[in-house]
Amino acid sequence: MDSQEKIKMIESVREGNTLTLRLSGDWSLKESKPEFNTIVDTFPQDKAITGIKFDVAQLVTWESGLMTFLLKVIDYGKERGLEIYVDSLPDNIQRLLRLSQEVPEKEDVGKRSAEHALLPRIGKWGISNYDGFVDFTRFIGEVFLSILKLLSGRYHMRWGDFFVIVQETGAKALPIVSLIALLIGLIVAFLGSVTLARFGAEIYVSYLVAYGILREMGAIMTGVIVAGRTGAAFAAQIGTMKVTEEIDALKTMGISPVDFIVLPRMLALIIMMPLLVLYADLIGIIGGLLVTTLLLDFSVHQFLEGMNEAVALPDFYIGLVKGTIFGILVAISGCLRGMQCGNSADAVGLAATSAVVTGITLIIFANAVIDWIAAIHGF
Amino acid sequence: MMNTISQPKIEVRGMDLAYGSFVVMRDLKFTVKQSEIMIIMGGSGCGKSTLLKHLIGLIDPVRGDILYDGVSFVKADLDKKQDTLRTFGVLYQAGALWSSMTLEENVALPLEEYTKLSPGEIREIVSFKLSLVGLKGFEAFYPSEISGGMRKRAGLARAMALDPEILFFDEPSAGLDPISSRRLDDLILQLRDSLGSTVVVVTHELASIFAIGDNSIFLDAESRTMTAMGNPNELFKDPPNENVRYFLSRGEKAN
Repeated sequence: MDSQEKIKMIESVREGNTLTLRLSGDWSLKESKPEFNTIVDTFPQDKAITGIKFDVAQLVTWESGLMTFLLKVIDYGKERGLEIYVDSLPDNIQRLLRLSQEVPEKEDVGKRSAEHALLPRIGKWGISNYDGFVDFTRFIGEVFLSILKLLSGRYHMRWGDFFVIVQETGAKALPIVSLIALLIGLIVAFLGSVTLARFGAEIYVSYLVAYGILREMGAIMTGVIVAGRTGAAFAAQIGTMKVTEEIDALKTMGISPVDFIVLPRMLALIIMMPLLVLYADLIGIIGGLLVTTLLLDFSVHQFLEGMNEAVALPDFYIGLVKGTIFGILVAISGCLRGMQCGNSADAVGLAATSAVVTGITLIIFANAVIDWIAAIHGF
Repeated sequence: MMNTISQPKIEVRGMDLAYGSFVVMRDLKFTVKQSEIMIIMGGSGCGKSTLLKHLIGLIDPVRGDILYDGVSFVKADLDKKQDTLRTFGVLYQAGALWSSMTLEENVALPLEEYTKLSPGEIREIVSFKLSLVGLKGFEAFYPSEISGGMRKRAGLARAMALDPEILFFDEPSAGLDPISSRRLDDLILQLRDSLGSTVVVVTHELASIFAIGDNSIFLDAESRTMTAMGNPNELFKDPPNENVRYFLSRGEKAN
């Protein structure tokens, strides 16, 4: 009996000029329903039929599945000019049907149309890029004004907050910087020893390590770590402050968010990045030293001697200058992305992601530019 | 003659509100008198909060002007704007307390920025403001450690820190239980009566509207402009149009 009900959930019977749909069995959401089109095919195609009636005496349970079916029947009836005898349905079903039809579909909402056409998409892309550029320049301008304000003594930094940020971006990054710098030192020395050995020039490993770490790898790796750690944190913090209206609260209190939020973060990175780079240089060279002394049987003295011949102070300074600039870039990308953040949890995630991507891209780009300038001036 | 003496505290002149190219409201004009409680009401999504954001300078109007004490706010330069902003207190929907600071630091920040008070004096004022909103003893708590209602009250304490001339409230009763919401209404009335502040409240909570509103404007989402102005109790008795009547009677059908 049970299985039979499921198969024959619906039966169409012709009574005079009306078609009676006999519904039976379980119409709950967990049961799959017969396809509407296959049911329609079983309807007698007779011009004499003028209406559709329902018989629900055998209906056991029903949920939204039945409602969508009934709505389809009503649409089907309307198309063919058939009378639908809704009053043959139980009261509660009639009420639900009325409720769903009470407010007509809003057609001018315009969310679906025109979003896939090529020209509007190009236009939108152009406008959003232009807006992004305007945002960026305005932000840089505000940061610049804010720095001037600080230098001219018209703004007093909240030093307590500042030192918390310094600790967060500087001291707390030491473990990860140590690990990465050490590994980079090992890798550079190892690569150097393998390739230079083919020319019998292992003696120059210390040259490669010192030159590579001081000028390039120390600053780049620290920059990338800080972009991933601190840049993302800045964007997420500021983005969340935007969502919770904390930024608005600052603005309406007459406090510039750039003074209050961006400036301390930027200063903290400007101060901490060279120090982190200095530390990364040291650890990286120790890494290189470990490989050359343990694997290549050089003495520590030989390594240091080779290093001393290979690099000069400018190499070291260039690394520090790079670090400082990378710090500014990470602070700008993190804070800017945070400030541009939209009004949802998704937007905060996006802001953090794009802060890291922007930060790393800018770092690599700036690194190339600095190397180029240094090469021109013969450093 | 009277007009020159009792200048309105706030005057909005032919203002259009827009988000980008999407015009939310057209042609708003109203005035708010000194020490008056003005309600901005209307259905969800009609632009109430957007209007508030314009009033407190977070968004610039596409057309029209806002005058505080007869001076244009829209056309003012940055310094003048900042000065005007300092006479405002704003309570945001969820309090918008700075989450990295304790309640004490939150309320103290505007005082530290704009007054020459000593840290001791600031601490006294902060604990006085917190006691006004019933949060004495919570100085060392962070916003994440207290309930939503308490956060709102703390936000009010911060909004009042500089004894503002105008207090703005964005949906003060949203997310509060009926009793807390009633208490907040009473608090608003008491503050106005004792401090003489002008109050602008954005809300759709009928109980609040009738309890505290001296004056009100109704923003109509369909016609995208304000369609009524006046004391909410009088608007209820004698509604100027169907949408206002519908709104103020909680969707009651006309007899």
